[in-house]
Amino acid sequence: MATSFTLNGRSVSANSEPDTPLLWVIRDELGLTGTKFGCGVALCGACTIHVNGAPGRACVTPVSAIAGQQISTIESLGSANTHPLQKAWIKHDVPQCGYCQSGQLMAATALLSKNKNPSDKDIQDAMSGNLCRCGTYGRIAAAIKDAAAEMRG
Amino acid sequence: MTINRRDFVKTGTIATTGLMLGLELPMGPKTAQAAGTVYTPNAWVHISDDNIITLISARSEMGQGVYTSMPMLIAEELSVPIDKVKVAIAPPGAAYANAFLGAQITGGSTSVREGWEKLRLGGAQVREMLREAASKKWGVAMGQVTAKDGMLTGPSGQSATYGAMAADAAKLKVPEKVALKDPKDFTIIGTRVKRLDTAMKVNGTAVFGIDAKLPGMVYASVVQSPVIGGKATSFDGSKAKAMPGVIDVVNIGDGVAVVANSYWQAKKAREVVTVQWDAGAGANLSTASMWASTKAAADNGKLFHVNTTGSYETAVRGAAKVMSAEYTVPHLAHAPLEPMNFLASFSNGKVHLIGPTQFQQGVTGAVSAVLGVKPEDITVETTFLGGGFGRRIELDFVIQAALISKAVGRPVKLLWTREDDMTHDFYRPLSLNRMRGGLDASGNAVAFGHQITAQSVTQRAFGLPKDVADPFVLEYAVPPYEVPNTSTSLVMHDTGSRVGYWRCVSHYQNAFANEGFIDEMALAAGKDPVAFRLDLLKNKPRFANVLRQVAERAGWGKPLPAGRAQGVALMDGYDTYMAMVSEVSQGSDGEIRVHKITAVTDLGQVVNPDIVEAQIMSSVIYGLSSALYNEITYDKGVVQQTNFNNYRIMRMNEAPVIDSVLVKSMEKPGGIGEPGTAVSVAATANAVSKLLGKRIRSLPMTPEKLRQA
Repeated sequence: MATSFTLNGRSVSANSEPDTPLLWVIRDELGLTGTKFGCGVALCGACTIHVNGAPGRACVTPVSAIAGQQISTIESLGSANTHPLQKAWIKHDVPQCGYCQSGQLMAATALLSKNKNPSDKDIQDAMSGNLCRCGTYGRIAAAIKDAAAEMRG
Repeated sequence: MTINRRDFVKTGTIATTGLMLGLELPMGPKTAQAAGTVYTPNAWVHISDDNIITLISARSEMGQGVYTSMPMLIAEELSVPIDKVKVAIAPPGAAYANAFLGAQITGGSTSVREGWEKLRLGGAQVREMLREAASKKWGVAMGQVTAKDGMLTGPSGQSATYGAMAADAAKLKVPEKVALKDPKDFTIIGTRVKRLDTAMKVNGTAVFGIDAKLPGMVYASVVQSPVIGGKATSFDGSKAKAMPGVIDVVNIGDGVAVVANSYWQAKKAREVVTVQWDAGAGANLSTASMWASTKAAADNGKLFHVNTTGSYETAVRGAAKVMSAEYTVPHLAHAPLEPMNFLASFSNGKVHLIGPTQFQQGVTGAVSAVLGVKPEDITVETTFLGGGFGRRIELDFVIQAALISKAVGRPVKLLWTREDDMTHDFYRPLSLNRMRGGLDASGNAVAFGHQITAQSVTQRAFGLPKDVADPFVLEYAVPPYEVPNTSTSLVMHDTGSRVGYWRCVSHYQNAFANEGFIDEMALAAGKDPVAFRLDLLKNKPRFANVLRQVAERAGWGKPLPAGRAQGVALMDGYDTYMAMVSEVSQGSDGEIRVHKITAVTDLGQVVNPDIVEAQIMSSVIYGLSSALYNEITYDKGVVQQTNFNNYRIMRMNEAPVIDSVLVKSMEKPGGIGEPGTAVSVAATANAVSKLLGKRIRSLPMTPEKLRQA
C-alpha cells in the first residue's frame, strides 16, 4: 500500500491509505508542517505545493495520484531564507498572521519559474487563487516584483 | 517622566518572589530557552547567564504584530538591540492581564495602548537592576554605570554583558521609581523595525496550532451538532470504529468525536457516524425570524437613553426638513484561514494545552471548570494564530479538545474542517440602526437621532446584566458632529443567535449608519459631504484634520474617470482618528469594484509605522470582503454558508490600491488593528450610493441586493 514519490528532492515512501490527500501525508506522516490546511476543497491555496514544478493543491490530491512524481513544498525553499522570494518577503515584511504564506510563496515560485518579468496582470492571474485573510496582497505583489528583478540579475 | 504605580510595584513584587514566574518558561522557539540558567528580574525580561535575552509578549500574535511591537517597547528602555532578542509568548499569569479588558485577552486593539507605559517601565526596571548589580560588583556609584545595547560599562573600563550580571540583578528589589526616556530620545520606538516573526513565516517553520505536537498524540474530528447549542443524545460509531486507524468514538455533548491515528482517518470515519440530536432552543432560528424579532424589539423593546444634547424632540418638530432611514447589517463569520484547533493532553489529573488562543486565562478557567481540574494543574502554551479577529477569544474548541483527551486518555489534536468553522462560529450580531435627522431652512443640521437595536455579545460572553447597556454595542454610536440637538438610544435584543466579537465590533454598524446618514443629510441640504461634515467639526480638530487631509489626498471633488464615484467616511475608535475616501465602479455583472482606498490616520505616537500601515491595509480588505460579499444566514437553526465558495474572501485581483498616510502626532498611541474595517465599509457604501444614485442602507453590496436597493 506504500506510495513512493520524491519530496523536496528526496525519495520517500508513504504508508497512508491511497485516498489520503497528499496534504495529510506530508504533514502528519512525513512531518513537514509548513504546508497548511485552509478549506479542504481547493478554494484557498493554503496547501499549494508543486507537482513536477507546477502549482497544485495538496488538500484534494490523493497520495496515490502522485506516485513516482516530484513534489516540492515550502521547505524546499530552505530554512536559511536565501531564496530571492524569501528575501523579498522579508524585505517587504509581507506576512501578518502568516498562515497562508507558505502557499503564497509556492504559487509565486511557480510563477517566477516560468516568467522572470511578470506584469501586474501576470501576478494577479497567478496569485488570485491564494486567499490571504490578513490582506497582504499589496506587499505580496511588490515582493514578487523585487524577487523577479533579482532573479533576472 | 517618572512612573510610580501600585500595579507595577505589585507586578514586580510577584515576579521577584517567584510566585508567578519560575514555574514554567513561556513557550517560544526552542532557542528562546537558553542553555544557561535563566533569570527573571521581572515579568517581561528573561536573561540567561549565557546572555540570551528573551522579551515576553503577553499578547497573542495573530498577524497584528505584537510579537515585534511588545518587545520593541521593552527593548527601548532595557537598551538591547531589537534584532538580537528572543521573543516568547507569556503563559497565563496575573502579571499578564490586560488592564483595558480585565483579563489576559488579546483584543480590542489594546495591545500597544495598554503596554505603552507598562512595558517601557518593565524594560527600564530591569535596566536599573542590572546597573545596580554592576555598581555593587564593581564598587562604583550607580551613576557611573552605563547600560547600553546590551552591555554594562563602568568608569574604569569595567564591562559586562547583561547575562553576566543577570543572577545578581534578579536578587535585587524591583525599583519603584524609574525615569523613562523622553520620546525624542527613542531609538527603537517609531522606527520601521522588521517583524521578528517573518523569518519563520517564509520557510514553514512558524508553529501554528495545527502544527503543535506532543509524543503519543492522536487526532480528532468532531461531528458537530448541526444546530449550534444542540446536544448529541445517542450515536452509532460502530462503522467508524471498524475503519483504519480509528481509536474511539466519543460523545462530548455538543458533538461526537472520532479519534484516530491520523487526521484523515478521523475525518473519513466521522462521515459514517450517525447521531441523534436534541437541537435545543436554536432549532427554529431563521434569518427572517431574527430580523422580525429585531424589528419588534426596535419598536417595543426596553430603551436605554445613551446620550442626549439640546432638545431633540422639539428640534425635530421644528425642523424645516425631517428625514429618517433604517440601516441594517447581517450576521458575519470571522473565517480566519486557520480553522479552529487545539491540542490537549490530560494525564494523571493534569492538563497541558497547546494552541492558538486570544484568551489564555479563559483557556485555564474553562478547562478547569469542564474537567474538574485545579487551575494550577493546567498549563497553556500559545502558538502563533492563523488569524484571530475575535474568534479565538472563544473557548468552545478548547473545551472540545480537553474533553476528548480526557475521554481517550491521550494527547489529542482536535482540528475542525472549514465547514465546521464556518457553521459553528460566534457570529457578528446583526444590527438595525434607525436614524432621524432634521435640517433647518438653510440646510443646517439641527437634529440627529440614532436608535440602535442589536444583540449584546458581552451578555453572552461575560454575563453582562441585562439592565446594563453593553459598551461594545455602542462604539461610535455618538458621532463627533456638533449638531445642537441629538438623541442616541439602544435596545439590546437577543435574537437567539450565538454572537461574538468580530474585528472592530460595533464600530462597524454604527459607522455605517452614522456616516451613511450624515451623507444623506448633506445631500438633502444640497451640500458637499466633506464640507457638510467639516461645518460640524469646528471644535474637533483631530477629526477635521484627517478629513481635510484625506479629501485633498484623494482629489475629492475633482473629475474622476467615467463610471467611477468617491465616498467618504470618518470615525474615532480605539483612541484612533481615521478618515477614508473610497473610489468605486460597477462591472457589467453588477459587481462593485473598489479601485482605491485613501486613508489618513491619526493614531498618536506610532511604535512601528510599517506594522501600522500593514494593519490599515489588512483592516480595509477584511472590511471590504464583508461589505461586498459576506452574509451569514440561518435556516431551521442551521447556518447556510459552509466554505469560501459561499462565504467569499476578497482576492488579490479584487483588492484596491491602498494609499495610506499617518499623521505625525505626540498624542498617546491609539489602536490600529480594527478601525479601518469600519471606516472602509462606510466610505465604500457612500461611494456606491453616489455611483448608483440610490442610498445603500443594507449590506452586503452584492449585485442582487443592489438591484433591490
